[in-house]
Amino acid sequence: MSNLSIFDIAGPIMVGPSSSHTAGACKIGQFARALFHDTPKKVTFYLHGSFGEVYKGHATDLALLAGVMKLKTSDPNIKNAFEIADQRHIQYKFIPKDLGEKYHPNTVEVILEDGKNKMSVIGSSIGGGMIEIVKIDEFDVYLQGSAGKHLSLVVCHQKNPKIMAELIKKINKLGIRIAETVESSFKDERLTVLSLEGRRITLPEVIDLEMNTEGVDFIRSLSKLQTQ
Amino acid sequence: MNQFEFHTTEEMLALCHKHKLSIGEVAKRYESERSGKSVSAVRNKMKQTRDVMYEAVRKGIHSTQKSKMGMVGGDAHKMHLALKKMPEMMGNKVTVRAMSYAMAVGEQNASMGRIVAFPTAGGAGVIPGVLFSSAEHFKAGKRKLLNGMFCSSAVGLIIAEGATLSAAKGGCQAEVGAGVAMAAAGLTEMRGGTPDQCFHASAMALKSYLGLACDPLGGLVEVPCIKRNSLGCMVAIGASDMAIAGVKSFIPFDEVVLAMRNIAKIMSPKIRETALGGLAVTKTGNMIKQKLGMKITPMDL
Repeated sequence: MSNLSIFDIAGPIMVGPSSSHTAGACKIGQFARALFHDTPKKVTFYLHGSFGEVYKGHATDLALLAGVMKLKTSDPNIKNAFEIADQRHIQYKFIPKDLGEKYHPNTVEVILEDGKNKMSVIGSSIGGGMIEIVKIDEFDVYLQGSAGKHLSLVVCHQKNPKIMAELIKKINKLGIRIAETVESSFKDERLTVLSLEGRRITLPEVIDLEMNTEGVDFIRSLSKLQTQ
Repeated sequence: MNQFEFHTTEEMLALCHKHKLSIGEVAKRYESERSGKSVSAVRNKMKQTRDVMYEAVRKGIHSTQKSKMGMVGGDAHKMHLALKKMPEMMGNKVTVRAMSYAMAVGEQNASMGRIVAFPTAGGAGVIPGVLFSSAEHFKAGKRKLLNGMFCSSAVGLIIAEGATLSAAKGGCQAEVGAGVAMAAAGLTEMRGGTPDQCFHASAMALKSYLGLACDPLGGLVEVPCIKRNSLGCMVAIGASDMAIAGVKSFIPFDEVVLAMRNIAKIMSPKIRETALGGLAVTKTGNMIKQKLGMKITPMDL
């Protein structure tokens, strides 16, 4: 039996019209932006299934773009997302595309670029504003975006077990426990998702870990998004 | 197990009787226990929720803006104006105002305004409609209104646990139907009804919504959703009146919830938010589909 909050019922506070096609889409955009770690100069959205068919009517396009620009699901400015993106000189494109049968009908692939870096994030909106991130670049992952008990840290690193062991030691020293580790590999690289328990990890701590742990390409904290 | 944990009506009523508390008060303590926050922090969060709902109502009753597809907009304002010519209306001030508030929230949602999905975006109008309009009538204090909202949430939680709150899974009974059942209990608590009376009101309300199709035009949360929210207020107020008058539901609320789950299971996916049946495939429905660039669905008669 699930342990629902009263505010799962009396909420979420959101901008309409649809929790799955608007609020969920916005959240996928936020995750993509957080994983990319920077404001992209160019974003391309490949809309799959129902997203591709009805995105205009449900303002899925506005919500996705708003999320990439860090707007909250409850921000009334979502409807002005195109104008805001133009002001910030962010190029955007929406292309309906069949990503394959294995994906949920409400799925989008987000390609973020800033001239130097490029990242691909695939996310699905599974209803009631809840989402899943299922792919980051070539790595299959499973990140949930609802108010859960755990907060995730996404680490991309070289395939050397020592690197992760050292990082986990450092995190434990901060007084944060690791509830779960999920790994996904591609070629020489590995992506590990750590579920944290206890207190919330701060941004300076994340940056410190990223800078001072050898063999780590990047660390992204999703804690703020997951409890929003 | 936490002291105030509940999943069913039976468990909730046992807690109410044991601690001599209303449903709303138990819900507040449940949330406090669950989140580890103080009861007053939980109450404050509900105040924020209420403020967002008020804002949506306030904007909605004055707005004449049409939605993107032009299907809805401005009706809440019409109903609000009707409040000034009550002799022409059959309902009383509470019901007409409730209908106008419920429409206001639905129209705000359709035009990308900020709302509270209470319990979902599709059924978000009934609770503010019924509870706010009645609170104005009673000149109820803030605490009373908040308790009504907590009570409604508790009923929603029982529906979510026992069945579903998603129209994609259970049709409109799970969204507007759930909203009506929740509002009926919340209102009954605000009027000083007993916890048992609250659940009788919910049961009678939900029974009238069992099996309702989710068949919105073009899959958009506009037609018939918004007017269904509006008319749902009448049912919620009626069910609450019946419970206060002493009428009991012959079937307990827990069983009604299970019936809803059963119906959800045997309901065709065509009438579960897919726009493939019912109103969505009428001549008008297909016209909207065409406008949206969707495939036309011939009506299966």
